[in-house]
Amino acid sequence: MADTITVEVARFSPDSDSAPHYQSYQVPLRKDWMILDALNYIKDHLDGSLTFRWSCRMGICGSCGMTVNGRERLTCETLLTEFAPGPVRVGALRNFPIARDLVVDMSDFMEKLSMVKPWIVRKDGTEPVREFIQTPEQLDNFKQYSLCINCMLCYSACPVYGIDPHFTGPAALALAERYNLDSRDQGAGDRLDILSQHDGIWDCTVIGECSEVCPKHVDPSLAIQEFKLAATKEWYKSFLMPWGGK
Amino acid sequence: METSSHDVLLVGGGGAALRAAIAVCEANPKLSVGMISKVYPMRSHTVSAEGGAAAVIADDDSLDEHAYDTISGGDWLSDQDAVEIFVNNAPKEMLRLEHWGCPWSRTPEGRVAVRPFGGMKKMRTWFAADKTGFHMLHTLFQTSLKYPIVRYDETFVTKLLIEDGAVCGVVAIELKSGKVRVISGKAVIVGTGGCGRVFPYTTNANICTGDGMALAYRAGAPLKDMEMVQYHPTGLPFTGILITEATRAEGGYLVNKDGYRYLQDYNLGKPHAEPVFRSMELGPRDRLSQAFVKEMEKGRTVKGPYGDVVYLDLRHLGEAKIDAKLPMVRELCMKYENIDPVKEMIPVRPVQHYMMGGIHTDVNGATPVKGLYAAGEVACVSLNGSNRLGSNSLGELLVFGARAGQAAAEYAAGAAMPGSNPILAIGSDEEHRIERDYLRKTGGSERISALREAMQKAMEEGAGIYRTRDSLNTAAKTVRELRDRYSAIQIDDHSRTFNTQLTSALELGFLFDLAETILASAIGREESRGAHQRLDFPDRDDKKFLAHSMVKQGGDGHPVLEYLPVTITRWPPGKRVYGEQS
Repeated sequence: MADTITVEVARFSPDSDSAPHYQSYQVPLRKDWMILDALNYIKDHLDGSLTFRWSCRMGICGSCGMTVNGRERLTCETLLTEFAPGPVRVGALRNFPIARDLVVDMSDFMEKLSMVKPWIVRKDGTEPVREFIQTPEQLDNFKQYSLCINCMLCYSACPVYGIDPHFTGPAALALAERYNLDSRDQGAGDRLDILSQHDGIWDCTVIGECSEVCPKHVDPSLAIQEFKLAATKEWYKSFLMPWGGK
Repeated sequence: METSSHDVLLVGGGGAALRAAIAVCEANPKLSVGMISKVYPMRSHTVSAEGGAAAVIADDDSLDEHAYDTISGGDWLSDQDAVEIFVNNAPKEMLRLEHWGCPWSRTPEGRVAVRPFGGMKKMRTWFAADKTGFHMLHTLFQTSLKYPIVRYDETFVTKLLIEDGAVCGVVAIELKSGKVRVISGKAVIVGTGGCGRVFPYTTNANICTGDGMALAYRAGAPLKDMEMVQYHPTGLPFTGILITEATRAEGGYLVNKDGYRYLQDYNLGKPHAEPVFRSMELGPRDRLSQAFVKEMEKGRTVKGPYGDVVYLDLRHLGEAKIDAKLPMVRELCMKYENIDPVKEMIPVRPVQHYMMGGIHTDVNGATPVKGLYAAGEVACVSLNGSNRLGSNSLGELLVFGARAGQAAAEYAAGAAMPGSNPILAIGSDEEHRIERDYLRKTGGSERISALREAMQKAMEEGAGIYRTRDSLNTAAKTVRELRDRYSAIQIDDHSRTFNTQLTSALELGFLFDLAETILASAIGREESRGAHQRLDFPDRDDKKFLAHSMVKQGGDGHPVLEYLPVTITRWPPGKRVYGEQS
């Protein structure tokens, strides 16, 4: 194995650039290093101005999503040696405005997340004195959707979001479905009302890229299909039974 | 200069800050709440907690037993009034989190399941598989979206504003634009977590640079028990990634190079096939980390490329149990060590994990600085004494986060909005300092990463698991020298946009302050208690040191040390016993 690898990193500064360009760095090729370790090596030793987000370096905080050779990855859990002998190309996530270098502006997602009411809704205002009873089977109904770390890989991979930024998008819809399927929640109707309007769910063409790139094996594509089915049922109900299908 | 104003400000966006923010909104919906965090709240380090959160719920358990385990676990340095408030309120707080949707693991009947944990005599640790912190943080964050909290995401606080002895807001840099803003508030609650990045091998995330501790210290608040640094016995060697104590609660063994369960040689009981409460692998973290060092001295550890290791053996638990209860551990081992714990043993070593010490607060989260509150790891209330028990910190951030929120809400409702003139003047001075010392600075030659690594190495060598006066003094001298060199740091990045070199430099400044307070407190405490082990003073000394170390920043910028007696209510200091006889 060679001692070093060429890492080509996308650079973009809103002060001076109209489009990103790539800059090459020589980085030690160590067998236990992740792409993130290579970026930190560059920042610490070669170029202190390289800009990227990272924090937990254990695949749970969701900060370090980027594209590596064109594919969405969490860089803290992507081995550098996977790309030997190189060069390997690291870029910002797609479909978001770039703030600088590898940092994207994800404020659009933050708004969409709030919009889908990702919290327990209790229509009757009641809460038990002790815990809600929830069997392991009921937990399993929504568990996979609760594992979303908001890393934005799915938005970057989603061709629909790339064309129509109004689309609610995979992670927010998966989280909406997470609460819908939670036996403690009574807010599914509210969420459906919000999502069946506008571009909430209908734009998705079931390409499944979101589920493909998810590092936590969440299946947003399935969530979206479940929403479409529920919305269609509601529509038929209101059409056939206009006096009170809801 | 851009300004804004709120009744209550949160600095930080992790579990404690989010719980506090919700508490403010619930206590007084008329109050305006602002939350300032250097990362999006769901990125906060609470996300990395794995094993669980302690609160009495089982029929065979009692609040007094939880209190005793906590106090003896902390080697009698905990303030017992704080402990009693904690154990009384933890179940209620955990139930609220359940009502807010936290996906707790369940019994077949659908009740919340509990597991054993280190140093605990009963099963009382609630868990969401081994992603408890992740689920708690996302539940809190998503629930917080219901409330009209104004968030300043990715905004880095550089200074607390103090006027007439009371806090009145912060100065902060909005990372995306680089704009320096003044955000005023009648009350400020700090919840920024710990400072694990003072040390080289740590479970802590990159963001754990103790910002809130240093901000409060510079604003005149005392830091308490900073010498009490927890090493977690089972971290992965190169990365420092945490392998949860729940691995041992579920029945994992710690073995040395000969496959021998060495903890039996360190007064922690005898080995059994199944885990025994407060015994062997379920002993407290300080004692397990110390046993590792002794084992290394005996030459019974395994040499690895990143120092010595022992092995954590989960193979006998079987694939089904590992996947159901410890899925993240398996995932982490496969990804970062290329090891499948179903078939292979995991190499582990002690790594820095948690600060028992922090900003001195009373049981309502109030610091001695008027209007300034703190909760969670950044604070020292003191629940954890000289050694925190695993799964007490997640409960702590809920209980004391909520209390700090309630107290701050009450205070803010009766306080006047700070006047804008003096605040703007201080804000403008601070902006000037940031530009002069960092953004426009040219000609420096010291690399930030080199200074940081040298400090971390000095701290590990001088103030690690075992310490002496000499080792501590050597570290203190090194840190002082490094600190002098800090004024000559090299800044390559002069952009205003998302300048992470600027934030790294500011964080390193915070870390230096905290390293100094850790060393000063450790030099002063001439005894061994919990996580603070002095080879030159091997015994606990209740006559002199049944007291908290309190450091304040002196006029010359260096720490000044005083002591405050420990609050004892119902549990007089006793002998700390583990193993079957406990």
